[in-house]
Amino acid sequence: MDGLGKRFEATVALDDVTFDVRPAELFGLIGPDGAGKTTLFRILATLLLPDRGSATVLGLDVVRDLWAIRARVGYMPGRFSLYPDLSVEENLRFFASVFGTSLEEGYRIIAPIYRQIERFKNRRAGALSGGMKQKLALSCALVHRPDLLFLDEPTTGVDAVSRRELWDLLGELKASGLPILVATPYMDEAARCDRVALMQRGRVLAIDAPAAVGARFPRPLFAVRARDRYALIQALHAYPYTASAFPFGDELHYSDTRRDLAPVAIAGELRAYLQSKGFADAEVTPIRPGIEDAFMALMGTPQEAAG
Amino acid sequence: MTAVIDVHELTRRFGRFTAVDAISFDVKAGEVFGFLGANGAGKTTAIRMLIGLLTPTSGRASVAGFDVLTRAEDVRRRIGYMSQRFSLYQDLTVRENITLYGGIYGLSDAEIRGRGEALIEELELGHASLERVAALPLGWKQKLAFAVALLHRPAVVFLDEPTSGVDPITRRQFWEMIYAAAARGTTVFVTTHYLDEAEYCDRVSIMVDGRIGALGTPDELKRKYGDATLEEVFVRLARPAA
Amino acid sequence: MNTTALAAFMTKEVRHILRDRQTLTILLLLPLAMVVLFGYALRSDVNEVRLALVDPAPDYATAALRGRFAGNARFRIVATPETMAKLEPLFRRGDVDVAIVFEPGFAARLAEGTPARLLLVGDASDPNTGSTMQAYATAVIAGYQAELGSAGAGVQIVSRTRMRYNPTLESVNLFVPGLIALVLTLVSALMTAISLSREKERGTLEVLLVSPLRPWQIILGKVLPYLLLAFANVVTALLAAWVVFRVPFRGSLALLLVASMLYSMVSLALGVLVAAVTTSQRAAMIGALVGTMLPNELLSGMIFPISSMPDWLRPVTAVIPARWFIVIARGIMLKGVGLEYLWQAHLVLVLMLAVFLALAIRSFKPRLA
Repeated sequence: MDGLGKRFEATVALDDVTFDVRPAELFGLIGPDGAGKTTLFRILATLLLPDRGSATVLGLDVVRDLWAIRARVGYMPGRFSLYPDLSVEENLRFFASVFGTSLEEGYRIIAPIYRQIERFKNRRAGALSGGMKQKLALSCALVHRPDLLFLDEPTTGVDAVSRRELWDLLGELKASGLPILVATPYMDEAARCDRVALMQRGRVLAIDAPAAVGARFPRPLFAVRARDRYALIQALHAYPYTASAFPFGDELHYSDTRRDLAPVAIAGELRAYLQSKGFADAEVTPIRPGIEDAFMALMGTPQEAAG
Repeated sequence: MTAVIDVHELTRRFGRFTAVDAISFDVKAGEVFGFLGANGAGKTTAIRMLIGLLTPTSGRASVAGFDVLTRAEDVRRRIGYMSQRFSLYQDLTVRENITLYGGIYGLSDAEIRGRGEALIEELELGHASLERVAALPLGWKQKLAFAVALLHRPAVVFLDEPTSGVDPITRRQFWEMIYAAAARGTTVFVTTHYLDEAEYCDRVSIMVDGRIGALGTPDELKRKYGDATLEEVFVRLARPAA
Repeated sequence: MNTTALAAFMTKEVRHILRDRQTLTILLLLPLAMVVLFGYALRSDVNEVRLALVDPAPDYATAALRGRFAGNARFRIVATPETMAKLEPLFRRGDVDVAIVFEPGFAARLAEGTPARLLLVGDASDPNTGSTMQAYATAVIAGYQAELGSAGAGVQIVSRTRMRYNPTLESVNLFVPGLIALVLTLVSALMTAISLSREKERGTLEVLLVSPLRPWQIILGKVLPYLLLAFANVVTALLAAWVVFRVPFRGSLALLLVASMLYSMVSLALGVLVAAVTTSQRAAMIGALVGTMLPNELLSGMIFPISSMPDWLRPVTAVIPARWFIVIARGIMLKGVGLEYLWQAHLVLVLMLAVFLALAIRSFKPRLA
């Protein structure tokens, strides 16, 4: 894919996006809503025409070869796109038939996923829980044995347990040789991908292996702990050397503007500052930045002014 | 501290299926309470009962001092509610939404104007106050929806997956708003699928198959199950219902 | 695509239809309800007819007839204007239902044995009651005539109907073909438009588009099950008309069913067209109502006769599918004529089908935007 652009009226949905997905790779598009992930998927799935640039899928051009592409990719859109009034099995059989195959022929590839919901095969799809709905949708996207899989936010709105199970399944599919392009707003899921593209407002901020993305964080980073977190964050905002201070789970991630100072020295100074502010229990530990840290540093200002 | 939400043996059955099974807990004034659970564990049903949208099969619950069954009107006047998607009217402007919700909750014109201005200033939305909500970035929509839910100064605000799909920085700004509201004494009852956010709560409960599987401060729960993060505790407990 | 995919699509569509019990029940009962409601609404019984008598030169014969009307419980004489010119305002105000105008020298003509004429004026704004009232008046006059015996030429009744909207005095018989058209429009155009736009709203269309299914296959799979439903509706409407109102059926049932399906397909194509150009279920519903239901109801000659429309409007009715279907259905049901008289109307429907179907397939893009 090369220099892809797509405009919607005033909004630029995609702006010069360039990347490639390799055979048998699990490639993640990581970014919040509005990053342009869905537009990108729709272009690649031949549902939208790019305004500029070109893209090929399985060596086929997304503009010229739409029917050839459609027969060979599996696509799972971002929102639940099955028939709620049809049963689990009816949905599966329907999508198999649409691709000129049958549930029986496709059973082997979907088995690891479908087995988890097969006991509900007579239940109407609308009555499934969020995690099961996604497993059914994934089965429907796979039943015709595609050569490439597009998954647009399969884990959004799904609980942490089902999310883990879904990622385990993606790992198995990838191991069987199927290349997968998957989008997610959850930064922690990026670690499950071979490579990721961090996206924000239609641009790609970085493309790299998940472990390497964290290394792009430009400053020393520390985990800070204290009992009263809200007061702690306010104290850090008041500290003159603060570059950023964000809550991460039960601690705060703090980055410092002083690049020339050794991390241990910074940690010591900060600890002293916090103790002087009344945080007797403050702990400051240098840490390695993760994807979310890198993403926040790369995205700069959080939201572009509207209008 | 007094309990702002007091739930006792609250139960809701749909036919033979028990969605919420005799749950009991209380939430104190000014507390940030995380209400966690797998999809289908009964969270939505429980919240609907607490905000008076659904009648309990048995048990009782009071919110802001009023019984949800007999005094649902009084409850609704004292709570704010923000759901993941449908809180604001997308085809109305920021100001029109503020006026609408202020009016619905019976604020005077002067109050609506005063609090509306303060809200717009606080969110730095001045330049966008005449824009339709649909044109705002998601993160701002969510922050605005939260601020609007607080407009009538409710005793409790219910937030149903408020940060879903929001970028990581805005998500954290949203949580700063939650802390600020709690510091002013508003009780915050919040659901989320981001378990790092659950760590920000004063206390969390984890619903499993209609029951409360665990309840406590994040530290207590992690210590009890010997896990490093709440996510591990959650995955340990919340085998998906079904 | 192979036929399995089309069969699977139709199976799915039939399931959608069968599982939405409420809508299905309404759709199945609709023709019955419409025939019964329209039929009875048009058949209101007349208990009191307000009569005006114009008798410029009273004599014993006119007095006898007036006496018969005065003594009849059905009639109430509400006015006796001196001239016909004074009748007009009475009708216009709606004070009078029927008027009788006697010829001067009525008794003398009877005595001579030349026909004595009277003018019977009725208000046909409500066709069914209008004709009933005229029939009552005619019966009273016939009674008088019988009393006179067969001597001479007797009373000659000259009827004149004041026409407000409806010159042909439509009866329930004439309405049934129009009702069938209306029901078919509803099931075919409105329901397909809603069902297709629902796939758009739910996002399932996105998945279908990304499959190897071509637009015409999606359209065909969507449309055929509704054709079956439409067929069931025609049969119900015909049965209801026959059982409840004994509406005659003189021509070929097979030909009428073929024509119904042809008309139904035209409507289905229109429904697809509406769904293709709208983005929400709500817009599709309103589009189908305004774009197909209203013109088919108002401009087809079903309610308002085409001959009484303004000159500029009449040619417009040529593009209204229901107009041609009503010509066919009335021809078959009431006149008993066949294809030899109705082939043009059929041809028009076939051409419409070709045009609308082509438009529908063209407007149904294989991409989202």
